[in-house]
Amino acid sequence: MTRFLALLGKELRSLFGAPLVYFVGAVFLALSGYYFYTDLNAFITFGFGESIFEHLWQRLYNDIVRVVITVIPLVTMRVYSEEKNLGTIELLYTAPLRDIEILAAKYLACLSVFFVLLGSTALYPWMIYRIQPYDLSQLYAVYLGLFLLVGAMVAIGVFISSLTETQLIAAMFTYGAVLLLWNLSWNEAAVPDDLLGLISQLCAYDHFEPFSRGVIDLKDIAYFLSITTLMGFLTMRSMESRQWRGRR
Amino acid sequence: MIRADGLTKDYGLHRAVDGVSFSIERGEIVGLLGPNGSGKTTIMRMLTGFFAPTAGSCSIAGHDVRAEPREIRRRIGYLPERVALYPDMSVRAYLSFVARIHEVRTSVSAAVDETMESCGLSEMASRDIGKLSRGYKQRVGIAQAVIHRPDVLILDEPTVGLDPRQIVEIRDLIRKLAGHSTVLLSTHILPEVSITCRRVLILDHGKLVAEDTAEALAAKTYGGGETLVRLHGPETDVVAALGALDAVSEVKVLDCAPDGVLSIAVKSDAGADPKPSIAGAVVGKGWALHEIGARQTSLEDLFVQILEEAEQAGTPGGSAT
Repeated sequence: MTRFLALLGKELRSLFGAPLVYFVGAVFLALSGYYFYTDLNAFITFGFGESIFEHLWQRLYNDIVRVVITVIPLVTMRVYSEEKNLGTIELLYTAPLRDIEILAAKYLACLSVFFVLLGSTALYPWMIYRIQPYDLSQLYAVYLGLFLLVGAMVAIGVFISSLTETQLIAAMFTYGAVLLLWNLSWNEAAVPDDLLGLISQLCAYDHFEPFSRGVIDLKDIAYFLSITTLMGFLTMRSMESRQWRGRR
Repeated sequence: MIRADGLTKDYGLHRAVDGVSFSIERGEIVGLLGPNGSGKTTIMRMLTGFFAPTAGSCSIAGHDVRAEPREIRRRIGYLPERVALYPDMSVRAYLSFVARIHEVRTSVSAAVDETMESCGLSEMASRDIGKLSRGYKQRVGIAQAVIHRPDVLILDEPTVGLDPRQIVEIRDLIRKLAGHSTVLLSTHILPEVSITCRRVLILDHGKLVAEDTAEALAAKTYGGGETLVRLHGPETDVVAALGALDAVSEVKVLDCAPDGVLSIAVKSDAGADPKPSIAGAVVGKGWALHEIGARQTSLEDLFVQILEEAEQAGTPGGSAT
């Protein structure tokens, strides 16, 4: 446990001790604030008297996911790439640490950034609630969905970072991967009918959409957790590849 | 303390280390010597459990590297060839981190203070590692390797890239710290080994081509060694006179200084000491004798010769142990 806490502390320090995460956070909050402002305006202009959940929050959180997708690669790109590039990964691999401890510390540190960022978006529903109380129960489902989604996407980013020592390559591939996963089924007309079922099963949007309607389905929870687990498994294999590649 | 049996490592089709066997006793300081690309780093990475051997086995203090990698890593201090430092951490923060992941039993801050003291880093404690000079970075690397008081210290090219003064400091530091541990260090610089190590393992193309003490290796290769004579006299006469002596088999002029002093290497028959007869001859001719003594065979010559012998034999590695 001491070992793990030391690792986690080091990861948190290198994330929050560097300026990047603050710039990323500032841009994230500025963009999500802008979306909140415009979505709220649209709701007031066109949807007043309609369900606030359907006409405001559902839109807002879909917009926020778009911002999250652009931010994730910037947070995860360095976790392995930087250590491979500096050679410090060799320090971790030759210390009495389990690979899974190294991975868990890196994953949780990245995730903590999104706890802070997504946590701060709770300000928007809270402000409206202060003005006019409404039913909050559906929003809990939205946040559960958001954290599951981010958990899976961060796992993808961490895995891709473990494949390269160049941070920008890790960032670009992560962005491509998470954006594709989110948009996989965006154009249903372009997909043959017999494949549509499979593709929407794989698409993150289709699994997040029920949460954004306030519906918690075990199948969607399982989807995000399986992606997270699969990526964790692949990252472990990628770490083990030093055994036969002979490189960091 | 360290045992390797038929250690082999393949990178794809390339065999980087080929059937290397050796054993190192507790408290020894052993040098791993070989040109770049001869497999030194690969051997060290297998010993540290960074990766497993393709074939063969190695063990440290009776623990097999493959079966108990974490048990091994607990007992090892390792300075990688590229020193693994986080540039934006302070020296103290970095060493505390290393102490914690190594589960230093006693107080972490005491271990950090003690290690900084013994490695001469105390004044640099709060400096960011990225802002340190190369020599200090190397010290931090060594401090990192010894902070948990390991039984075995594995140092990959500990003095590479340092200036001469820093090299002397790092060597002294290694010798001072060696008291507690068994040390295996690698280098491609020959004087390094003769200064720091008592025993040398020589590698070429992934194979162990020789293993011995530095002195015995010299004796084995050259028999009686050479005598160095520095004197003032006419070159041709001197060579003729010395060559005529009984015990002398070969006379080679190494250098002629501007002031006319000749440096001459005299090879003698095994077992014979030609110094008294050389001195007698020189003085008898009335030449000025400036210096006479044993010529230390440089490890460079030795190394080249061993590799040539191995190649001529056609079976590199055949002469191992």
